[in-house]
Formats: sequence, C-alpha cells, structure tokens
Amino acid sequence: MSLVVSILSASNGFRRSAIESIVSHIELESLMRYLPKSPADREAMLKAIGVRSIDDLFEPVPPEFRLKRDLNIPRQMAESEIVDWFKLRARENGDGYTSFLGAGAYLHYRPVVIDALVQRGEFLTSYTPYQAEFAQGTLQAIFEFQTMVAELTGMEVANASMYDGSTGAAEAVMMAVRITGRHSAVLARSLHPEYREVLGTYATHQGIPLKTVGFGESGRIDLRELQHTVSDDTACILIQSPNFFGTIEDVEAIAEIAHQHGALLIVSIAEAVSLGIVEPPRAADIIAMEAQSFGVPLGFGGPYCGVLATKEKFVRQMPGRLAGQTVDKKGKRGFVLTLATREQHIRREKATSNICTNQALVALMVNIFMTVYGKVGLRELAKQNLAKTTYAAEQFAKHAKVRFTGAPRFNEFVVETSEDPYAINSRLLGHKIVGGLPLKKFYPELGHAALWCCTELTTRSMIDTAVGLVADSERAVRSMKEHEEQEVTR
Amino acid sequence: MKHMTRKATRHVSQNEGLIFEKSSPGKAAWKLPPLDVPEVDTAKLLGKQERKDLGNMPEVSEIEIIRHFTRLSTWNYAIDLGMFPLGSCTMKYNPRVNEFVSRVEGLANGHPYQPEKISQGALRIIKTLSDCLIEITGMDAITLQPAAGAHGELTGLLLVRAYHQSTGNARKKILIPDSAHGTNPATAATAGYAVENLKSNDRGMVDVSALAAQMNEDVAALMVTNPNTLGVFEQEIHQIAELMHAKGGLLYMDGANMNALVGKARPGDFGVDVMHLNLHKTFSTPHGGGGPGSGPVAVKKILEPFLPKPVVITKPDGTLAFEYNRPQSVGRVRAFYGNFGMFIRALAYIFANGPDGLRQTTEDAVLNANYIRKGLEGVYDLPYSTPSMHEVVFSDKVQSKKGVKTMDLAKRLIDYGFHPYTTAFPLIVSGALMIEPTESEPKEELDLFIEAMKSIAEEVEEDPQFVLDAPHNTRISRLDETQAARKPVLRWKPENAG
Amino acid sequence: MPYPTDRKYTKEHEWITADGTIGITTYAQDSLGDIVFVDLPKVGAEISAGKTFGTVESVKAVSDLYAPASGTVTAVNGELATAPEKVNKDAHGSWMVKIALKNPAELDSLLSAADYEKFVSEEAGH
Repeated sequence: MSLVVSILSASNGFRRSAIESIVSHIELESLMRYLPKSPADREAMLKAIGVRSIDDLFEPVPPEFRLKRDLNIPRQMAESEIVDWFKLRARENGDGYTSFLGAGAYLHYRPVVIDALVQRGEFLTSYTPYQAEFAQGTLQAIFEFQTMVAELTGMEVANASMYDGSTGAAEAVMMAVRITGRHSAVLARSLHPEYREVLGTYATHQGIPLKTVGFGESGRIDLRELQHTVSDDTACILIQSPNFFGTIEDVEAIAEIAHQHGALLIVSIAEAVSLGIVEPPRAADIIAMEAQSFGVPLGFGGPYCGVLATKEKFVRQMPGRLAGQTVDKKGKRGFVLTLATREQHIRREKATSNICTNQALVALMVNIFMTVYGKVGLRELAKQNLAKTTYAAEQFAKHAKVRFTGAPRFNEFVVETSEDPYAINSRLLGHKIVGGLPLKKFYPELGHAALWCCTELTTRSMIDTAVGLVADSERAVRSMKEHEEQEVTR
Repeated sequence: MKHMTRKATRHVSQNEGLIFEKSSPGKAAWKLPPLDVPEVDTAKLLGKQERKDLGNMPEVSEIEIIRHFTRLSTWNYAIDLGMFPLGSCTMKYNPRVNEFVSRVEGLANGHPYQPEKISQGALRIIKTLSDCLIEITGMDAITLQPAAGAHGELTGLLLVRAYHQSTGNARKKILIPDSAHGTNPATAATAGYAVENLKSNDRGMVDVSALAAQMNEDVAALMVTNPNTLGVFEQEIHQIAELMHAKGGLLYMDGANMNALVGKARPGDFGVDVMHLNLHKTFSTPHGGGGPGSGPVAVKKILEPFLPKPVVITKPDGTLAFEYNRPQSVGRVRAFYGNFGMFIRALAYIFANGPDGLRQTTEDAVLNANYIRKGLEGVYDLPYSTPSMHEVVFSDKVQSKKGVKTMDLAKRLIDYGFHPYTTAFPLIVSGALMIEPTESEPKEELDLFIEAMKSIAEEVEEDPQFVLDAPHNTRISRLDETQAARKPVLRWKPENAG
Repeated sequence: MPYPTDRKYTKEHEWITADGTIGITTYAQDSLGDIVFVDLPKVGAEISAGKTFGTVESVKAVSDLYAPASGTVTAVNGELATAPEKVNKDAHGSWMVKIALKNPAELDSLLSAADYEKFVSEEAGH
C-alpha cells in the first residue's frame, strides 16, 4: 500500500492510470480485516504446497457441489456500520424502559469490574482447560466458583456449570434416575412453566413419565397431593424455591416425603440472589440453580449460567466439568479437570450426559459477582430486594388482590386485578415501564393475575407509578360496575 | 541438546492463592445505594427460612479482586496470544466489535418476556441471523434455541425421531462412524437411540459398502461430519445421502467442520437433511475458557413442522413475532430463546465479512492447514494420504518408537509458546495429532509452528527423556491427574488452608 | 512373565479361581495405567458369562469388566473403593468380586495360565 502512495505522489498522468489499475486489482472493496495474509503470502504458500491456485485445494469437493455464486447475505460492512445497525436494533428493543419482569430472568446491577476482567483476552479467548499447565487461570477460577456455589447452596460439591437452569433441572432428573434406578419423576406445578416444558421434552425421549402436583392457597406445593403422588417408582421430586410465584417452599417437609419413599429431592433455584437471605435447601439431594442473577446480563434470554450442586456421594453421577485440586511434579498446588471419565469424550454412549461446551465465561462473571458482594454484600443485596418487594406488595394490596399471602416470599409476588393485566400494562408502557408478567397463558385458572418482581434496581417512584395505574384501573372498573348496578335497579 | 524457542520465553509470573485465602472480615468491594422504601424485619418476614450466615463466602476489597483475576488470567494461553491448533475446535479470532455490540444497552438489558412491541430489535436479530445461516447451509429452516453443539445434536435427533414417528415407523438405531466426536454417540444415547458403529475405509472415509450393508428400515439416521474428523471431505457424500434416503432414513451432519465449507459448498446441496452449527467455532463467538456456545439446528422442509417452539414469523403488518401454535413441535429444549448474546456476535461476524470475506476465510483456513501438512510431511507420520481440507491429522508412529507419545509431544509444544493440538483423537488413528490452524493465523505464526514441531521431532531423536519431562517452561509442571481422580478435592475448605 | 496356575483366564484379561474369585490380570492393569476407580456390582447381583458386570477407570479411559463365568455375587472387595491403586500394585492378589458359580463347567473353556501368556505375548506383538 505504501508503494502505491509514493508512486501516486509522483503525479504523472501515465503512471496514475497504471496505479489505478493496480489499486482496483488489489480490490480494496473486499479486503477482510480479520485475515492476516497478503496476496504475496498466499502466493508463497501455494507455491510451497505445490499447487497453482486455491481451487486446487478444493478439488476433493465434487464439482456439482462447489458453489459458483456469492452467498446471498448482506454485503460486507465497515465496523461503524455494524455498530450503527445494532444500535438501531437496541432502540427498537425497549432501550430506556424500566421493568417489573422476573420469572426466571432478573435485572440486577452488574459491577463494572466484571466486564473489565472477563474481556481480558486471556479469559475471553482461551479454550477449555484440558491442557492444565496452560490454563491454571481458568481452572483456579472454576475451583473457586465450585466452592462458592457449594457454600451458598449448602451442598458438598458443585460443578463448573450447565447451559442454564432449565436444562440443569432436566439433567438433575436424569441424574436421579441413574442414582435410584427408578424411572419416573414428580414435578411441582409451581416450577417455572418453561422448565417444565423442557423436562417434558427430555423425559419423553428417555421414557420417564412425569406427574405434576398442584399448589395450594399459600402458593406452596400441595403436600397432601404430593404424598399421594409419590410412589416406589419415583426417582425424584422436583420443586423450585423460591417458586415461580416467588413463594418459599417448606423444603424440609417435602424432603421428608421424598426420602420416606426412597426418592431424591431436587430443588431448582431460579433467583440466586435469594440465597443471600433465604436458608438454602440443605435437605435437598441435588440443587439445580440458575445463576444469571449473579452478574450475567439479561440479554434477551441467554447465555445464562446453570449449575448443579449435590452431596459428595453422588458426584460420579453428576454431569458437567469438575475442577479438582492436585499437585504437580514439584509438589506445587495446581488444578485439573477431573473425573473426566463421566464425560462424553471418554464414555461416549455411556456418558452421564452429552454436554461438552458449558458456560465458562458466564460462570466467570458469576464468580466475580459473588466475590465482589461476598459474605456480607450478598445478604445486604438480598435484604434490599426483599424490602422493595415487600413495599410494592403492601401498596398493591391496598387496591387489588395480592395472592399467596400465607407463606413467606422473596422478590416476586402475584397481583390479581379486575381488569386484564395486558390492558393495564399497555398503559404502563406509555410511561416506559414494563409491568408484571400476565399469567393467563401459563396458569389460566389464576384469571387476571400477573407476576411482579422487584430488585434493588426498582425505584419507589416506579412502584408508585405502577400502583397508581392499578389503583386507577380498579377504581374505573368499580365505578363502571356501580353504574351498571344503578342502571339495573332503576 | 535443548533447542531454543523463538516464539516464547520465560517471564516473571505473579503467584496468587485462592480468593478465600485473602478473605478477612470487614473488607468489602460492594456498596449499595440507600433504600428509598422502608427497611424490613427479615426475621419477621421469613421466620425459620431466614438465613443468618453465609459461611465461608469471601470478604475482599476491589483491588484485591482486580489483582486476583488479572494474575490468574496471565496464567492462561489464549487466541489473543497465539495459535491454538486444536482440531475441529476452530480457534479463530474473536472480533472485539462482537463484544461491543452485544453490550449495547437495549440488547444487553432486554428481558425475554418483554412485550413484542418493544422486542422488534431482538426479533430482527434472530430473523436476520436465521436467514444468513439458512443461506450459508443451503437448508430451508432453522432453530437457534440449542445452547451448544451437543445440545444442537440432541435437538436434531429429536427432530429425526419426531419425523419418523409421524410416518408410523419410529425406528430404533443411529449409525455413527468410528471417527466421530464423542458427543455424537453420547447424544444418540440421551435421545434414546441404540448406537451402531460404522467402520471407516482405508482412506479414512465412511465405508459406503459397509453403510449399504448396515442400512435398513430400523435405522433412523446416519450422523456424519463433513469434512470428517480427519479433515477429509467425504467425496461419496451424495451416494451416502441417497443410500440413506432410499430406505427412508435421514442424513444428520455434525457441522463442527463448517469452517472448510462456508461460501464454497453447502450441506443442503449435497443431501443433508438436518445439521447443527457451532457458533463458537465457525462464527467466531468466543470460547471463553469453555463456553458459552450456541448450536443452531438447520433443517430441510420435511423437518420444519417439528422445530422447537417458538419460531419467529413475520406478521402481515411487517412486524416480527414469536409463534407458539406449532402442534407438531418437539417442544422446548431450553427456557427462553437460545444464547441470544451469541447471536449478536455471530451476526456481527457475518456482517464484517460479507460474501467475499466468508469465502476468503474458508479458503485461507484450507490453505493454512495444507501449508502445515506440507511442512510436516516426512517429519511426522501421515496415516492417510487423502487430501486435507481445513485440518490435518498426523500420528506419533515415528516418535513412539522412542517411547514418546502424542501427549508428550504436545506438552513440549507448550514450551515453544503454542497451545497443544488435539491429542489422541480421532480414535481411528492411534496416537493422533489433530491440527486445525484456522484462517486467523499469519504465515509467520505457521512458520514458527512448523519450526517448533520439527525441532521437537529432532529432540525426540536426541534426548527423548527431555521431551517426556516437558513442559519445562510453565509455572506448573505436569499435574498428578491420578491423585485428582482417586481422591477428588473439588472445593476449598477452611481446614485445607495452606 | 509367569501367570499363576491356580486360576483360569479370559481373552478380556480377567482371571477366575475354581471357587469363583474374580480379578483382572497384571497385563490389564498395565494397559490401563493408574487406576482411579473400580465400579463393582452389589452382593446378590447376578452376573452372566461374557456380559459386563462393572468397569475399571483410569484417568483417561474406562474399561468394561466381562464376567468369566455366571453366578451370584457373594462378596465385593470394599478396599478397592478407597484404594483402587491396589490393583496396579498387585493385580493377581487384588480380588474384585467373589461369586457362587452357577455352572462350574464354564471354567473348562477358559484359558490356562500358559495359554493366556501365549495370547498376551501375541497381542503385545513380541
């Protein structure tokens, strides 16, 4: 390129046309900036290989399958164009709105050190740590992650991550089937509806019949129905706590029912922040957690961070990578991926799972988040969530019906309004606020109910605005009814 | 005699213990704003469910956290530092614009359940990526839901099953070549199929006559990788597809090796019915130490009705929406819509390339692999003479005569400043060295790699024990994996201190 | 390498004594490398000649254990759960399971020490 510049500066008319043809020959239009080769490099390499052109290297592809046209995809864009395209998409995606949505994906503040650290190339662009000597950074981080997850969940051992909470729950059920040798499972209806759908998909193909047990007035699983549903062929009971409605289950009572029948108890945790202030389900045999709340962006649904935690005696049946502590030849402490014989690359069709790639980088985000907040911060964070939610529930209760008040809850609650929540939410959208999730499509029997979530980022003014709109809605419906009654009596 | 390495030297590397070893009460890295609502009495609200103690969770300051993770990061090798010649992993450059655009606020903070009216941006990203991937693969429809390649394989096999069930013959078997990646048989078993192995022929490709013999009306599908794990293009892929289709079976393709095909050939054109892609391989999304990935599954029309729900549709008014009314769908394979953050990155990569860029990328990938093959021919044993596409497989046959195996050679390669290639896979080659440079490597890096491998071969002749004791230059020498497996220590405990 | 003559051998490298004690050979443990875990059936389980009854794991591989003869498991060597390396140290002295033989005549078709030694040297290629 510098050769062209120096010749151009000679400003000779005859030379200029020759240069222009060189420039077009170089095809500035389609230079690909991620490819570190000059045309001279390519020439030299083709010569070293002993072929005339790159097409010779594609000989093995039968001619009838060689593409003879350009792919019909958008033309190559400059970096600034790429940025503009996505910024436009962001504007079309509720940029600048605040939200009361939870339901398995939670908006918490992400400390900036997380991105500062995970964007380091040594973390971002490294590989699975199969070659331990070259990846001690990743392995030690995983070991710390495993330790903190075990500590928070009250379990003895945790793995290095699964895809997400929903597939983690499915893997936990299959783990229980392997451990007990039994072939059916019981689920709570208060388990996240999409988690239940995923379980249905996995279970059908593994031939594991599923039974669902409903919830009572308190929002908790119906213990009597549970007693009747569990049998000697039940491998596990799977609940969520706090459950889909935000209600905290009576884990000990459920564990007793499970263990009486020789079944395992699996607890799914979708809102990890709850572990700061809510006792972990220590009576569970397996915990399948979604750690997205710990520093992973909402990102329209993924990537998230599932993780399994369990008792040591079950570790050989647990899927997913595990980092273990050991020593090197000189006795220095180091970490390796261990118990690899559970995994697909060795066990092939007898593996505990087919999982290969996991969620390592998001697990690192979770790791950093847990480290930033730590022993005291996680509790304070959870307390703030509880405080915001309690205030919101109290305010809503003044105007509409707040359900499931008979049991403690964490940061979500269900409000039933006279008017369809979709209509109320439409109005709320005008204030750039996204209201609670209408529950009709998941729980039609709950009528005009919606699931509201408050985190430490929810402001009092957001809550007051939303409550105000609900209050207006209830007043309007009431006065319409009164008006109709007056019409009738006339 | 120990050879000098040109690419890497020793450097001063900071020690760093476990974060728990730095923790002490009273240190903090967090601060929350004051509450704008009343405080609550947690004991009263939660009763016996209240957690009072977070046990051994750490308490450290912000600078300790920054130093901790920065020091740890310096112990890792990464693409940003140099080549990872790992076969079938496609360790290519992870463009930084990908990271930037995925963090744009409206996208990074989008909630999966927000109303469709304010989700048009996300929907457009999903649709645009889907359209591009369909065009690249030559298929008819696609799902972006699976979280990784293995997850995509499972989804693909669920589609296969749903299809066969709809024809009235569920079929019980899946055929898998003995050269396949371990996820293939593991997935087939998870999907409830019986796995039957298919032998490779002496050119390392699917043995078509063996396939003809094993193919019958009880076989649901053949899972093939093309190019296969030897880096060789299955030249009889069309006959293979026809054999399968003639007896009502389907052809599944593991798309891990798409880096040899993008812009040059399309699986949909050579008879594939269903395939998965690895966005974290071919489409540049970062490996991040082991994930996240994303494993979209592309299908031909016959499998479209069975795709996981929801699918994205265009409404009459031109807006996009999720469609849940899909009676034949296999259901969901995960909550929400997939690893959306990875969609953004993969799409940014496609935009940065355009049609010419993608084609040039594939050509450079194949050029690089063949350059390495030429450079190391005669130094390492080449078990198959069939031409290589984007990766090449050697074996340790020559070196093992001196007692040095592929893993030992790999450990010595670390001293030369390279991450090892894939050792001991594919299983059909004893002592395999599987090398995939990708298009991201300049000629200089390839020359340094060839030089290093030649040097190591010489060292094996001169002083095999030195190679067996490698690596010599890393902070940690070879780790005792036996102890780690016999007596697993999977977490820190206060008693473990020191 | 002399193999003990007080027992019979299989081509899958297991050994069995006349009273139904089963283990793996020195050749097997050498091929596997450092053994990290042995997965054995429970007392009372039925095993069938030629079918798998457990696995032996090294760091990088898993091998199936094939039953030399049919019978019911009467005892399992609990030491191997905590010290699997005993198999590496003394394969012929580390029993894995004891079975009550269903059909003692099955042992007649197995390899003698001399035949097994021959088989192993052919397999090893020297």
